[in-house]
Amino acid sequence: MLIYAAMRTNLPDVIHGPTSIFSPAGTPAHLVFGLSQLILSITLIIFVLVAGLLCFALIRYRHRPEDPQALREPAQIYGSNQIELSWTVVPILIVVMLFLATARVIYTTEHASKPSEAVDVTVIGHQFWWEYRYPKYDVVTANELHIPVSDRTHPTPAYLTMSSADTNHSFWVPRLAGKMDVIPNQVNTMWIDPPSAGLYLGQCAQFCGTQHAKMLLRVYADTPEQFKAWIEQQQKTSVQNPGAMAGEQVFLHNACISCHTVAGTAAAGRFGPDLTHVASRDTLASGSVPNTPANLRAFVADPAHFKPGALMPPMHLNKQDLDAVTVYLATLK
Amino acid sequence: MAATTPVVAILDETTPAAPSSSVAQVLHAWLTTTDHKKIGMLYIGYALLFLVVAGFEAILMRIQLALPNNHFVSPQVFNQLFTMHGTTMVFFVGMPILFGFGNYLIPLMIGARDMAFPRLNAFGFWISAFGGLLLYFSYLGAPGLAGAGSAPDVGWWAYAPLTAQAFSPGHSTDYWTLSILLSGVGSIATAVNIVTTVVCMRCPGMKLNRMPLLVWLYLVTGMMVFVVVSPLTAAQIMLMLDRYVGSHFFDTQAGGSAVLWMHFFWIFGHPEVYVLILPAFAFANEIIPVFSRKAIFGYPAMVAASIAIGFVSLSVWAHHMFTVGMGPGANTFFVLSTMIIAIPTGIKIFNWLATIWGGKIHFTASMKFAVGFLFQFLAAGLTGIMLSAAPFDWQLGNSYFVVAHFHYVLVGAILFMLFSAFYYWYPKMTGRLLSEKLGTWHFWLFLIGFHLTFDLMHIPGILGMPRRVYTYEADRGWMLWNLLVSSGAIIQTIGTLLFVYNLIWSYFKGPVAGADPWDAWTLEWSTTSPPPDYNFAVIPAVESRRPLWDLKHPEDPDGNYE
Repeated sequence: MLIYAAMRTNLPDVIHGPTSIFSPAGTPAHLVFGLSQLILSITLIIFVLVAGLLCFALIRYRHRPEDPQALREPAQIYGSNQIELSWTVVPILIVVMLFLATARVIYTTEHASKPSEAVDVTVIGHQFWWEYRYPKYDVVTANELHIPVSDRTHPTPAYLTMSSADTNHSFWVPRLAGKMDVIPNQVNTMWIDPPSAGLYLGQCAQFCGTQHAKMLLRVYADTPEQFKAWIEQQQKTSVQNPGAMAGEQVFLHNACISCHTVAGTAAAGRFGPDLTHVASRDTLASGSVPNTPANLRAFVADPAHFKPGALMPPMHLNKQDLDAVTVYLATLK
Repeated sequence: MAATTPVVAILDETTPAAPSSSVAQVLHAWLTTTDHKKIGMLYIGYALLFLVVAGFEAILMRIQLALPNNHFVSPQVFNQLFTMHGTTMVFFVGMPILFGFGNYLIPLMIGARDMAFPRLNAFGFWISAFGGLLLYFSYLGAPGLAGAGSAPDVGWWAYAPLTAQAFSPGHSTDYWTLSILLSGVGSIATAVNIVTTVVCMRCPGMKLNRMPLLVWLYLVTGMMVFVVVSPLTAAQIMLMLDRYVGSHFFDTQAGGSAVLWMHFFWIFGHPEVYVLILPAFAFANEIIPVFSRKAIFGYPAMVAASIAIGFVSLSVWAHHMFTVGMGPGANTFFVLSTMIIAIPTGIKIFNWLATIWGGKIHFTASMKFAVGFLFQFLAAGLTGIMLSAAPFDWQLGNSYFVVAHFHYVLVGAILFMLFSAFYYWYPKMTGRLLSEKLGTWHFWLFLIGFHLTFDLMHIPGILGMPRRVYTYEADRGWMLWNLLVSSGAIIQTIGTLLFVYNLIWSYFKGPVAGADPWDAWTLEWSTTSPPPDYNFAVIPAVESRRPLWDLKHPEDPDGNYE
């Protein structure tokens, strides 16, 4: 209980981390943070008061065998309406106050008006990866969400429109906002507005199947210039690279194209992540491992090596084909 | 008063019939019994067995999570472990152990000779027991299409559409569904029995406002079980229809609704928390006054608060769904209904405080656990307030903070109070006291282990760790906390093993208890320990809430003050 109390008092450095809800970045997370400070303070005061009274009573009124009156029963007190009333009314007042503060944050977050400069992103949850589509820019990518930094004077928040292709998921990047569930047959929305450039981490927060744990989230907040450059690069179709012709043939003549898209080729599958620019991403397997040729090769050979339960089957390619397809995928910048 | 209608049964020196010597006869007696005391003990024994099994599952999970990217168990096995742990603890530990104490105590406390429907009572037990066995039989019997024996792995909420054929092939989910269905039928049978018994079987003089608070709380619990278990049972049938006859209630790929399942599940799931904790309150209401040597403070307020909790708890379920996208209107409503529950709950804590105040507190093992309950329930209530504020829940929901919060309730409050109840009523059930020395060791070990595990478990939640992950990334700063949490689990295990040892040792070697070892005030202490089959040779008559107080203090009976 001491730790419990310490946990909510001065909030030392330990509670700041790459995914700490107490290191908010952006309006929705700050709104929650402010409310949480109020609630933590009030509950801490209640805890100290009531636990203090309990401790006092337990020590003061303990049975003392040495007391000459030890064998006599204490005075029997059956109740008091005034006292009952007082410890009913005070909690009612506290509840009313907390409720109003909470309702205000709910409406501020969920009824925020959308600025004209907002960036729309469609988020689709899959077992066990994220698909991101930018309808205005005709860009499709996976697992690494790029959004512009949102300046306070010139807000460009990202509005996420979310649904799921299979089971329930939940989009949770704690430093940016609270979570929002990603549910099949239902469209949910949320918004985020990181004030400074950088990488914000998170992960799926609703149990969605075997590999729920490695359905990681990476949100890159780019400067306006970086974001513009990124969009332009993602809008290109793949270019044939003479050094990777063999690998491309392996890719196009195997089951890869049933599930994956590479824009500009015959591969137009929608079941797995779009690979048109897979080499431009920092990580593989929904953020599980760094995107290096060695990891890429290992993943194609047997996806379950990094992600047991991943829906992509082992491709059973021979060594030569495996090398070729790895070279090809690594050219898809 | 006492002179005209004494509690005659205290004079009853009849010894129970000599136990049958042959093993077959004893077995036959237990298997075919309709005696509420035997059924109560069957419930308790069966729940303890499952407590050990589900506790073992928790230990395996904590070993896996002690270090990041650990390979102790595979993700498939881990998902089965948390599904089985949750399902077992709620349906096959929590419910049966509380029904067990209720079965044992209610007739004794209201001066009756049995429950209203003894055969229904036996049916309720055996059908629930069959449900539990079916759940575990899945390890052998559910290969289905998915391969070798496979326990359910959909989480104890079994959210749609993960339970659809497309995502859960094979039969593991069916075993889960059927076991919950059977457990639900058993629970409703027992609830019918409890409510009828309390309404119809009270001894002369025991008006509603003279019932022990324990009985009041079981009455409220029984009523709630009717209302909340039925939707769950209905949902299981709908899920079976989805899986086998092509209906689409929850089948999102054919236009069904995932959110519909959530509503069905949580309109059961949240009141269920109160179904589990009201009996813990019930134990506290009996034990805290006896060891403080004072009458309960504010009996009418305690009754009113219990009924209020029962009603309000039916309106809070969607606070489990703040992140589902219900919109600000619905979110705000469920914030309010949830926060309102804090008021009757607070009244209870204050009344217990006032009961202790001015008493002479005897710190027996039973009272030690009850004191632990008071502090931990207070803390759990306050983290509950945090989670009731929807925006705070958008961050904390489905994180380890929530896992810590509800374990604070289920372990810190309910399990502590259950341990307290064991130390208090074990002498009545067996005729022998549990060892106080072992009890003290049990208390301190369990207390330290509990706080190490569940205090620290809040922190990874705040640091962004979601629940139900079989492993986690090394760079998130969660490792130290998880390691400490896991080590606390080991200490709790040692404490629990001591308790199990105490239960067995004391049965043979414990000090003989006598009818009334705690100098207590309710009717169960007026008969022998253990009570004879018929409980009371003569049905007692009471004139106040504390009939044995009246008997012991004829100069100052309670009836004068009620």
